[in-house]
Amino acid sequence: MTDSFTQHSPHLANRHAAEIRFQWAGRVAIFLALAFLFVMIGSIFYKGTGAFWRTYVALDIDLSKDAIDPQDLAGASYGGLVKKALKAKFPDVKARRDRRKLYGLVSSDAAFALRKWAEENPAELGGVRKFWFVASDDVDVLRKGGIDVEGKESDRRVSDKELKWVATLAAEGRIEQRFNWAFFTSGDSREPELAGILSALVGSAWSLLVCFFLSFPVGIMAAIYLEEFSKKGWWSDLLEVNINNLAAVPSIVFGLLGLAIFLNTFGLPRSSPLVGGMVLALMTLPTIIIAARAALRAVPPSIREAALGIGASPLQSTFHHVLPLAMPGMLTGAIVGMARALGETAPLLMIGMVAFIADVPQSILEPATALPVQIFLWADSPERAFLEKASAAIIVLLFFLVVMNLIAIVLRRRMEQRF
Amino acid sequence: MFSRNTTIAAVAVSAVVGAITLGTDAAVARDQIKIIGSSTVFPFSTTVAERFGKKTEFKTPVVESTGSGGGLKLFCAGIGDNHPDITNASRRIKSSEVEKCAKNGIKDIVEVKVGFDGIVMANSKKAKPMNLTLKDVFLALAKDVPDGEGKTKPNPYKTWKDVNPALPADKIEVMGPPPTSGTRDAFVELAMEGGCKSFAWIKAMKKKDKKAYKALCHTMREDGAFIEAGENDNLIVQKLQANPNALGIFGYSFLDQNADVVQGSNIDGVKPTFEAISDGSYPVSRSLFFYVKKAHVDKVAGIKEFLAEFTSEDAFGGEGYLAEKGLIPMPENERKAWREKVKALQNLTM
Repeated sequence: MTDSFTQHSPHLANRHAAEIRFQWAGRVAIFLALAFLFVMIGSIFYKGTGAFWRTYVALDIDLSKDAIDPQDLAGASYGGLVKKALKAKFPDVKARRDRRKLYGLVSSDAAFALRKWAEENPAELGGVRKFWFVASDDVDVLRKGGIDVEGKESDRRVSDKELKWVATLAAEGRIEQRFNWAFFTSGDSREPELAGILSALVGSAWSLLVCFFLSFPVGIMAAIYLEEFSKKGWWSDLLEVNINNLAAVPSIVFGLLGLAIFLNTFGLPRSSPLVGGMVLALMTLPTIIIAARAALRAVPPSIREAALGIGASPLQSTFHHVLPLAMPGMLTGAIVGMARALGETAPLLMIGMVAFIADVPQSILEPATALPVQIFLWADSPERAFLEKASAAIIVLLFFLVVMNLIAIVLRRRMEQRF
Repeated sequence: MFSRNTTIAAVAVSAVVGAITLGTDAAVARDQIKIIGSSTVFPFSTTVAERFGKKTEFKTPVVESTGSGGGLKLFCAGIGDNHPDITNASRRIKSSEVEKCAKNGIKDIVEVKVGFDGIVMANSKKAKPMNLTLKDVFLALAKDVPDGEGKTKPNPYKTWKDVNPALPADKIEVMGPPPTSGTRDAFVELAMEGGCKSFAWIKAMKKKDKKAYKALCHTMREDGAFIEAGENDNLIVQKLQANPNALGIFGYSFLDQNADVVQGSNIDGVKPTFEAISDGSYPVSRSLFFYVKKAHVDKVAGIKEFLAEFTSEDAFGGEGYLAEKGLIPMPENERKAWREKVKALQNLTM
């Protein structure tokens, strides 16, 4: 006869083994998930960090009176001066084709930059002065090691002559890499070396602002009514099911809705952050309502009953006692919804925000694009230097997503009361 | 607390509502050109837009990439500030589209030819370059292929060798753009139809039964040998590197930028080079256009100046900055003719 209190069951070892197997399976799953995340983030950083640095070339520009007339600053040929400096540096380049390649070492922005400097510092004109110009994207990629120098000449975008010129300039200390501030302070450009994310960043900010001011008040009000005031019945059940379904609707559908209603019926301006924000608000509304209802439900009924017991009206009990306690949870839900909206491209496709926008939008009515759209556009460009830019823009986008989620976590930790 | 909260909410809501009403008002006067259309013309259009914005006092035009067909649809929707001024197209406007435009009050359209673009079939540099004819391309990629005189059969070919004994015995695997793309339209029209026409009886069919002719020549196979790889040409280039047996279909500018990893196949014995596309000897090349609404020219600031910038020698000329971006310029006399036509805002003639 076996005594189950004193003797081990023969199955016990099996059950322990099963538990250990399960734990190991779980650990392997976590390890795999982390490994994928690590590879993804690692490759983005590996590809993208280069974009935060930019190559500059120094040239001696002739600023004498013959070249730039101080009385007529607009009349000078700044592009010509840059070309002259390059010609003076490499006087033995004669053939037309080679000269064009030589002029291509510096970015097309050099002439504009020189002109701007001359207009700002007219007193310093005269003589010869050393200027640092932004190098072209090919030189930039070359200096960052993105071009196989050993390969056949016909196989690469940079010819042997260009390699020689760059090497000469580098030997004279005329090539430098500096932090690419312009990446954060300028808008999109077709020249990879000049492209920045400011216009996309501002466009995203405007859209999110509109999205927040529309979806947050509406979402909170809807949640309060549904949770605190509406009578429970088939009608509220139906609403609940529909809100949950809306949260699962693919975002492109909201884009189509925005196109049909906001653009075609209301005639709102195409490509504007106003419409973008409205579409994103439609998309985040269900998420915010669900989160806000959950936050309201987490407030214990005793709070409401106590308020009602000492004579508060249901409205007073809700707004004076329940809402302040539920607010951190509601804000967390809203921030998570906003973070999702920040990363969304599909609905913006339909309303014309997938566009080349060089100027920074000054209001919610001006054409704008958004960060994820900018990533998409750069990843789709033929110039190879844009791949680096796309990865750098992903880093910026990830940074904002992490910051928003951190705020949500801090809000929850600091302000939420547990009962 | 209750009253303060509601006031804040009320202010927020009214601010947004106010902004919406403001929006409809402010949209009336526009000082910024709006351009939409083809993703193939997009890099060129944006380059000109950017230079134009830097050089002049006007705002940088907004350029949207919607595809040729989608662009023309929006373009023809009407006249007014909420409608675009210019649409880019990687094919010529169709007469059905001109009619649709006219129905919506857009009677005067100015056509501008930008230049040429070659469509290349490329493979990885790790593999050998291919020597294809248009007939090979058609037989390898059509849904139905000719089976003797006047009859067809579903495409049975599995390897390039099945198509043409001179080709290698590699599996047919071609990645190309989806039907919404102008590149696909042009490829089907130039390469597929070109190969299709090489059969005399099919060519004769064109006159008798145009519908059946089109169905036979324009339908790509759907059994996995032709893979729709999406609009992103960079993705196709990357996939080619991973799979040396596959061919990819994309625009010349992507071949130009990635010459170290992919190579263009010879088609009818011609290599896809800048020169061959420019002089028309490379068979799969198309013209790129954009269309301007004449009614908008005086209403929206800067359209005339933008047209002048686009058609200047600096831009679409033989050694202009668009050539550096991969555009293949027209011959000099053609450029001159277009420049004059555009300057006079000559109406489109079909």
